[in-house]
Amino acid sequence: MALWSKLWQAYRWRLRRRYLLLRALRRRRRLTAVQDRTRAIRKGDILLFASVRNEAQRLPHFLDHYRRLGVDHFLIVDNMSDDGSADLLAVQPDVSLWQTGSSYRLHRFGLDWLTWLMIRHGHDHWCLTVDADELLIYPHHDTRPLSALTGWLDESGQRVFPAMMLELYPKGPVQAQDFTPGSDPLRLLRWFDRGNYTITRQEKTKALWIQGGPRARMFFADRPRLAPTLSKIPLVRWNRRWVYLNSTHAILPSRLNEVYDRAGGEAISGVLLHTKFLPEVVRKAAEEKDRREHFGRPEVFDAYYDSLMGSPDFWTPQSTPLGGWRHLEALGLMSRGGWL
Amino acid sequence: MTVGFIMMCHTALDRAAQVARYWATHGAPVVIHVDARVSAEDFGHLGQSLADLDTVSFCKRFKCDWGTWSLVQAAQTGAEQMLARHPEVGHVFLASGSCLPLRPLQELSDYLAARPTTDFIESVTTAEVGWTVGGIDMERFTLRFPFSWKKQRRLFDSYVDFQRRIGFKRKIPGGIVPHLGSQWWCLSRSTLAAILQDPDRPQHDRYFKRVWIPDESYFQSLSRLYSTNIESRSLTLSKFDYQGKPHIFYDDHLQLLRRSDCFVARKIWPKAEKLYATFLSDRPSESLAEPNPSKIDRLFSKAVERRTRGRPGLYMQSRFPRQDHENGKTSAQYSIFQGFSDLFENFEGWLAKYVGARVHGHLFGPERAAFAGGERMFNGCLTDSALLRDYNPRGFLTNLIWNGRGERQCFMFSPRDTQDINWFTATDPNAQISIISGAWAVPLFHAQMDFAEIRREAARLQQIEIEQLNILRSMYVKARVRIWTMAEFIENPMEPLQTIIDEISPRATRRLTEAPQMIELTGFGQFLQNLKNQGMQPRLMGDFPVAGEAVSQPRRRPYLVK
Repeated sequence: MALWSKLWQAYRWRLRRRYLLLRALRRRRRLTAVQDRTRAIRKGDILLFASVRNEAQRLPHFLDHYRRLGVDHFLIVDNMSDDGSADLLAVQPDVSLWQTGSSYRLHRFGLDWLTWLMIRHGHDHWCLTVDADELLIYPHHDTRPLSALTGWLDESGQRVFPAMMLELYPKGPVQAQDFTPGSDPLRLLRWFDRGNYTITRQEKTKALWIQGGPRARMFFADRPRLAPTLSKIPLVRWNRRWVYLNSTHAILPSRLNEVYDRAGGEAISGVLLHTKFLPEVVRKAAEEKDRREHFGRPEVFDAYYDSLMGSPDFWTPQSTPLGGWRHLEALGLMSRGGWL
Repeated sequence: MTVGFIMMCHTALDRAAQVARYWATHGAPVVIHVDARVSAEDFGHLGQSLADLDTVSFCKRFKCDWGTWSLVQAAQTGAEQMLARHPEVGHVFLASGSCLPLRPLQELSDYLAARPTTDFIESVTTAEVGWTVGGIDMERFTLRFPFSWKKQRRLFDSYVDFQRRIGFKRKIPGGIVPHLGSQWWCLSRSTLAAILQDPDRPQHDRYFKRVWIPDESYFQSLSRLYSTNIESRSLTLSKFDYQGKPHIFYDDHLQLLRRSDCFVARKIWPKAEKLYATFLSDRPSESLAEPNPSKIDRLFSKAVERRTRGRPGLYMQSRFPRQDHENGKTSAQYSIFQGFSDLFENFEGWLAKYVGARVHGHLFGPERAAFAGGERMFNGCLTDSALLRDYNPRGFLTNLIWNGRGERQCFMFSPRDTQDINWFTATDPNAQISIISGAWAVPLFHAQMDFAEIRREAARLQQIEIEQLNILRSMYVKARVRIWTMAEFIENPMEPLQTIIDEISPRATRRLTEAPQMIELTGFGQFLQNLKNQGMQPRLMGDFPVAGEAVSQPRRRPYLVK
């Protein structure tokens, strides 16, 4: 790109970023605090931000998983759950809970809410932004807490940590599985696709666009462009002037998106284990199809919802069983990037 | 005689206190230097926690910045205090607050007692060090560095540039030969005293004050003046990553550290409970073994290599090299055959018999990706969908090669297939590309189609192949490319086939016993003439006589491009 068009693009991103910040600021009153324990947040704490809706089946294990990794405080927005998620969250000693009845889609899929909370509480903290069906793992997560990772990133002068989504599925039709609500979903979702991901670099945001995996091959083989984006940057040493652009796929300012090595080396990265395909996904797909709260143009995704409602079986003889992070690293899905 | 420790501390003071207590209670005096930036409260706290130990003392505090004279000053002050207060000390060991002793103190004392005059200090001439950052080695000693490299990089660089341009050079005081090395040393009392009590010391100090990163060169150079016996290595295990910042040891390094037989390691993560608990517990002194960090060295150099070079052919979320910086466009060698499946019956089956490889059909065919054995899905859930493949053909190819690691991949190609990968494969040293040009006409020759349509299709395929051959003849080609015209090839197919197969599996020196079955070509010359008569010029097949068999042509060697 020529210098002028680069500068112009940078200016447009700047405007966009400021607009998104302002927008989050103006909409902050749509959040009602249910349980505000943010006074307990100390300097250097690792914070987790999430917006949830009807995730009671996953939340116990979700909280467990992230507590074990060393998240110090959870800041969660509940968007009108009716399955007891809010009650479950409100009684946790390390959770601050807000509620909103506003539209998920019209608030940038919950990002407007989280952006405000991050402006307010996230500045200069390591902030983890995930969905309730995403479990972060990183190199050495079994022996080193998150603070070891963030400390090392700090020393390396790196403020962002990428983790692509790895979609997990059971063997057999998703609805036919036996899942005890609240238990560890990884005991059921044991399989993944190891080598069908495609990557392009998006010149404008400098972010990578990773697609592929089971949903791409099952539901989007006829229109690959629409297949879900799997690249994410969930862990950031946050600055209140920054903003997530769409989900956690990209951040503004755009230089933060260059989390990959472009000269042939391997930078550090983790994986978000995506536990979407629990048996309840079939019922939820029907609900989401009706609510039209997901995706910019929900009507385009009707076929996708229909397939999901048919309780698909993602498993193939080529599927790989989930092992430890070292296995994922050997497969080239994540890397310790020099963090030995 | 015993060993005394100087500890340089600035953070994690509770851990430093723990280590100091360990050394002091096991009979080694400790002098602690605490960075002047540490608050009076924290300093007081540290002092109190060690107040019961009379062999632990604190020295005058300096504000220490990375790579500056202040670090040498602190070490000098600590050393002077150590020599003055503890006449029983035979060796002085410089350590940091994040160091951890890996072996019982007695083992270190015995080791040093057996080598009373040896100085353990890494000390290498500037010409021989390979690890200097920023391309500045000898110039560390001849230029001036008033600006901070970490905080004022631009000023630093431009001032260095300026001095180079005007040819500025500082004079090195007489007798000093610049040496560099790890800042963590263990010097004998006599050498250290000689350095500190030298009548020329003011002159040395004045000179080294303006050297860049003097903590890596002051003691390293001066010990060369006085020592009788330098062991140029550090007793402190300390590894650096590719940015030159020290690696940190965590609980899971326990076994690795234990087996290294090193005396002291740094840096230890302050929250590594298990490491501190294990190595600071009372253990009997066991061995006089030499430190053996080679295993750790290998592991860490592999990690640095992984960080800087990556795994060839891997494209992933944190490794996405720009063009020509791939360090391996693909992860393994593979072979592309063009025209062979047009000219021979069941060429894939024949090839699979002779090479230990996975032989696919037309992976880039218009209907689907024809995986070996008619499979609908390849390793790693790579599907045969043509749409998904054509959405990112390069990604498809690199995935295929990556997923098939450990087994050579071969596939058929033709002008009918998706052509988007041509530049990529042509510039990939892992690719072996064999082409029988013009062979795409054979299926047309046998096709039951309207001749006008055949003519149109022939013109289209020929155009595509010409463009492809132009790429393969460009100066950028890195693949092993062989191109024959069809006429050349059918005249003597065995020799080229043998060459290709030998290249694929060089160890299996098996002579080809059976040729693949060639498709019936009687009348092919007439077919080409018909195309000509219809106004299309078939140019890539070589010369076929209009009537009869393809007769023998003057023989030409197949040419090998690179």
